[in-house]
Amino acid sequence: MSQFTDWDILRNLLLAARWTILLSLLAFAGGSIVGLLLTFMRISRRKPLIWITRIYIEIFQGTPLLMQLFIAFFGLGLLGIDVSAWTAAALALTLFSSAFLSDIWRGCVESLPKGQWEASRCLGLNYLQTMRYVILPQALRIAIPPTVGFSVQIVKGTALASIIGFVELTKAGTMLNNATFEPFKVFAMVALIYFLLCYPLSRASQYLEEKLNVAGKRA
Amino acid sequence: MSLVSVRDVHKYFGDLHVLKGIDLDVKAGEVVSIIGRSGSGKSTLLRCMNGLESYDQGAIILDGMEVSTDEFQVRKLSQSVGMVFQSFNLFPHLTVGENIMLAPTLIKKTNKAEAKKLAQEVLEKVGLGDKFGQYPEKLSGGQQQRVAIARSLAMKPKVLLCDEITSALDPELVGDVLKVLEQLAAEGMTLILVTHEMNFARDVGDRVVFMHQGKVHETGDAKTVLADPQTPELRQFIGAVL
Repeated sequence: MSQFTDWDILRNLLLAARWTILLSLLAFAGGSIVGLLLTFMRISRRKPLIWITRIYIEIFQGTPLLMQLFIAFFGLGLLGIDVSAWTAAALALTLFSSAFLSDIWRGCVESLPKGQWEASRCLGLNYLQTMRYVILPQALRIAIPPTVGFSVQIVKGTALASIIGFVELTKAGTMLNNATFEPFKVFAMVALIYFLLCYPLSRASQYLEEKLNVAGKRA
Repeated sequence: MSLVSVRDVHKYFGDLHVLKGIDLDVKAGEVVSIIGRSGSGKSTLLRCMNGLESYDQGAIILDGMEVSTDEFQVRKLSQSVGMVFQSFNLFPHLTVGENIMLAPTLIKKTNKAEAKKLAQEVLEKVGLGDKFGQYPEKLSGGQQQRVAIARSLAMKPKVLLCDEITSALDPELVGDVLKVLEQLAAEGMTLILVTHEMNFARDVGDRVVFMHQGKVHETGDAKTVLADPQTPELRQFIGAVL
C-alpha cells in the first residue's frame, strides 16, 4: 500500500474541493434562476400560480435534502432516465436552493411598506412599472445579505452529494480516510477547507447587512 | 357640475359598517376639510375617492369617471386625482428629482428634458428648488412632504386628496406644508383634506365636513360651522382639539 504524506492528503482534498465549489456555483446559479421565476409567480396576483409555488416550496423545504438527492438519483433512474451523480446532485441542489431563495426574496418584496405600492398606484403606475421602478430596486438591496448568507447553506449542502457517489470534498475525505486510516487528520482538513469556503461568505453577509442597513435608513 | 360627487356610499370592513351612506359634492376650486375623531371613517372616505379602497354600495363620480378599484380604472383616475399621504411615501432609492419625474415619463411619456423642467418647476413651487439631486433621507419631514406634494402636482391633477399630511410632522415643520397648500388653494386647485388643523380648515378651507360614526354629521361653510357648531358632537370635538 502506498504511503500518503500530509501534503498528498491536502492536495487531493483541494483538488476535490474544486468540485464542491463548482457544484455550489451551479446550484446557486440554477437556484437563483428557478428561484427568481418562483418569486415572480409568488408575488403575482394569480391564485393558481401562488398555489403552485407554495406547494413547491413546502415540498422542498419540508423534506431532507438527502431524500431529494436520492429521488433525483435513484428515482429518475427507475423512470429509465439515466442520470449521473453529478447531474442528480446539481438538479437536486438547484431545486432545493430555489425553494429557499424564492422564499427569502418574497419576504424582501413583502417587507417593503404598503405605502410604496399605494403611492405608485396613485401616480398611475401599473403593476409591472411599480415592480420594475419602485419595488424591485429596493427589495434587491434588502435581499443581498440573506442571499449571500444562504449560499453558505448551499456549500455545506453539497457534502450530501458524496452519498450518491459524487466525488467532491467530503467524498474525497472518505476515500482518503479509507486509504490512510487517519480519520481525525483527514476530516479535520476537510472541515478546515469547508470553513475557509464558508467563513468569507458569512462575513460578507454580515458586512453587507450592516452596510446596506445604514443605506436602508433612507426609507 | 361638481368635480367629485359621492352618493350614498356604504363601506364595510368585515362586520364593521365604517361608511353609512355618505353624500358629498365638491366643486372645482373648492377646499374641503374633512374632520372628525379617529375611526369616524374620514380617511376611508378619502381613500374611496381614488380607488385605493373599495366601497360596497352607492357611487362615486370623479371628473366624470366612476371610481372603482379596478386596475385600469384607477390608472385612468390617476390622471385627474393626486394623493398625498401622512407617511409621505417617497421612493427612498430615487432622488427628489427622480421621484417627481418617474410618473410623467412613464405614464405621460414626457421626454426626459421636459420632465426635468417640469420637476424643477413643481419643486420651485413648493420652495425646494435646490433639492433636486438629494435623496429623500437627507430632507426633513416637512421637506419630504412638500416633495410628495410636488410629485403629485407634476401629474397635473384636478383634485388633490390629502390624508392627514401634517400629522407625522414635528410642529415647527407643519407651517411650511400648510403654506404650500394655501398657495395651491389660492391658485384654484381643488383640495380635499382629512385634517386636524382647525385653523387651516377655518382660514383657508371653504367648507368643513364633520364625520361622526360613519356619517356626515354636520357640514357647511368653514367659518360658520367652526364658529357656531350646531350639534353637540361637533361642539365637543372642537372643544377637544382646540
